[in-house]
Amino acid sequence: MATTASPRILTAPRTKPRVRTDPALVRWALIAIGGVFLGLFLLLPLAAVFANAFAKGATAYMAALREPEAASAIRLTLLASAIAVCLNVVFGVAAAWAIARFDFTGKNLLITLIDVPFSVSPVISGMIFVLLFGAQGWFGSWLAARDLKIIFAVPELIPVMQALGGEEEEAAVTLGASGWKTFFRITLPNIKWGLLYGIILCNARAMGEFGAVSVVSGHIRGLTNTMPLYIEILYNDYQFVPAFAIASLLTLLAVVTLVAKSLVEWKTERQAAEHDSVTEEGL
Amino acid sequence: MSIEARNITKRFGDFAALKDVTLQIPAGELVALLGPSGSGKTTLLRVIAGLEFPDAGAVFFDGVETTERSVQDRGVGFVFQHYSLFRHMTVFENIAFGLRVKPRRERPANERIRARVNELLKLVQLDWLAARYPSQLSGGQRQRVALARALAVEPRVLLLDEPFGALDAKVRQELRRWLRRLHDEIHVTSLFVTHDQEEALEVADRVVVMNEGRIEQEGSPDQVYHQPANAFVYRFLGNLNLFSARVQDGKTYIGEPANGFVAQSDGHRPLVYVRPHLLNIERRPTSENHIPAWVKHINSAGSLVKVELATEQGERIQVEISHERYHEIDLKKDDAVFVSPRDMRVFADT
Repeated sequence: MATTASPRILTAPRTKPRVRTDPALVRWALIAIGGVFLGLFLLLPLAAVFANAFAKGATAYMAALREPEAASAIRLTLLASAIAVCLNVVFGVAAAWAIARFDFTGKNLLITLIDVPFSVSPVISGMIFVLLFGAQGWFGSWLAARDLKIIFAVPELIPVMQALGGEEEEAAVTLGASGWKTFFRITLPNIKWGLLYGIILCNARAMGEFGAVSVVSGHIRGLTNTMPLYIEILYNDYQFVPAFAIASLLTLLAVVTLVAKSLVEWKTERQAAEHDSVTEEGL
Repeated sequence: MSIEARNITKRFGDFAALKDVTLQIPAGELVALLGPSGSGKTTLLRVIAGLEFPDAGAVFFDGVETTERSVQDRGVGFVFQHYSLFRHMTVFENIAFGLRVKPRRERPANERIRARVNELLKLVQLDWLAARYPSQLSGGQRQRVALARALAVEPRVLLLDEPFGALDAKVRQELRRWLRRLHDEIHVTSLFVTHDQEEALEVADRVVVMNEGRIEQEGSPDQVYHQPANAFVYRFLGNLNLFSARVQDGKTYIGEPANGFVAQSDGHRPLVYVRPHLLNIERRPTSENHIPAWVKHINSAGSLVKVELATEQGERIQVEISHERYHEIDLKKDDAVFVSPRDMRVFADT
């Protein structure tokens, strides 16, 4: 069997091939730095929130949440973010659709406009809203507390829709489907995970927003206070248990968001992998 | 149904994709739009489908103008190069889609839809794959599903954009023969775009050769191959050798022009085009029309023996000869031989 093989191959060294890698010390040092950072800035504060919330026992914790002003803040937060997320989905999908599918004058302007909330302090957005919609503002007295985040779903969707390409939609149209039928039967099912991802992030941003809301809201307890604002008031009043109790709710939301986000990411990746697996086994 | 495109012009920014193109396709024919990329063939197909709107000109189906009609109303079946199957639907649902999205009054009952889809699945020989998703199919299977989906709505015209472009060589050969047989069975007017001259010549009833937004020639595969209208068509439809030529006593000879015999009356230098299989290789000069050359490379793996030769000036010549002839003259590398054309085309050097 080895008659034609050269002797050099037959006497090849038996040692295992050495994997090229950094020394163990370097590896462990890097991992340790990462671990310490994670513990110090992520896990420790997380634990501190719950420790402080339960500092005087579960009864005090529950009492803090049952406070009418607390309940009002929670209600307002949920309501406002529900409205914000819904508006966001509609405007976000429309904007993403326009940007991914069409070339029009002012497209770059629209993209820049969408990026503005990421680069400008929320406080400024809040002030603009007061200026536009405030009691003395340009657009009369009705005041939208929360729909600042109109655009946050868009950046998640644009790449998804561009990757999808227009061909499936064109195919649907040639088969006689109307614009709406094409959107609901072809576009929406294909972007659903990207969209969900955007909604989750958007919801988290909306509930936790502080700066902009602080400017817009009149800080009226039990009326225009949202959870983040209410936490600040309680904290400044040295009411630590109620402050951290409300904060723990927002923290829980963050954890749930993180889990949901990971799930969606995992699902999207799996979907993408499925689509990439092309089996070319003849006819 | 017949198709007519009349004086179509289409620009994308500064780029003119179609320049005053007029084309008539009789009912029931299978026609190939053949051309290099950027020649406007896909744009013309999309204009006929209604996926693009022309800047000028009109489209007629059966003599009725359809230029202003939307895609949905035109009744065309469109097959895309990359299949564009709905990835979140099974093969069955993909094919049923066109029937399911019909307005309620025209929509067939569920049993009718099922019967129609099953019939189409049999037609494309994929009835055993109805429950699969597109990602579980091979390229060839996907393209057949795409075809069945386009046929489900009983289109008056079938338009195919590079239907076999994304498939490997063997599959595309089988699939194009299958398309030819399918067309013979259902006779729907079909127009397909391709950049593969072999595919166009083999499958189509008629070939339309396009270049730079214009139609260079249209005719049967025989016509465009044997009577090319110009140098572009000749070049595009197969391999060729290019020789400078001299004209002497009204006859054209290959080889560098000698003094006094140079130009044609219009001043252009004539060029001679010869396909590799239309050249003879001789040991001794047997006709007046020949040039000396040396054998540089021989490839005998295939139905013909491909020989590469070089002239005195170092120009390369490709010749294809039969295996019998190859053995008869006992050709070897670096042999000195004479090359003479059996048939040739003369086009002015532009």
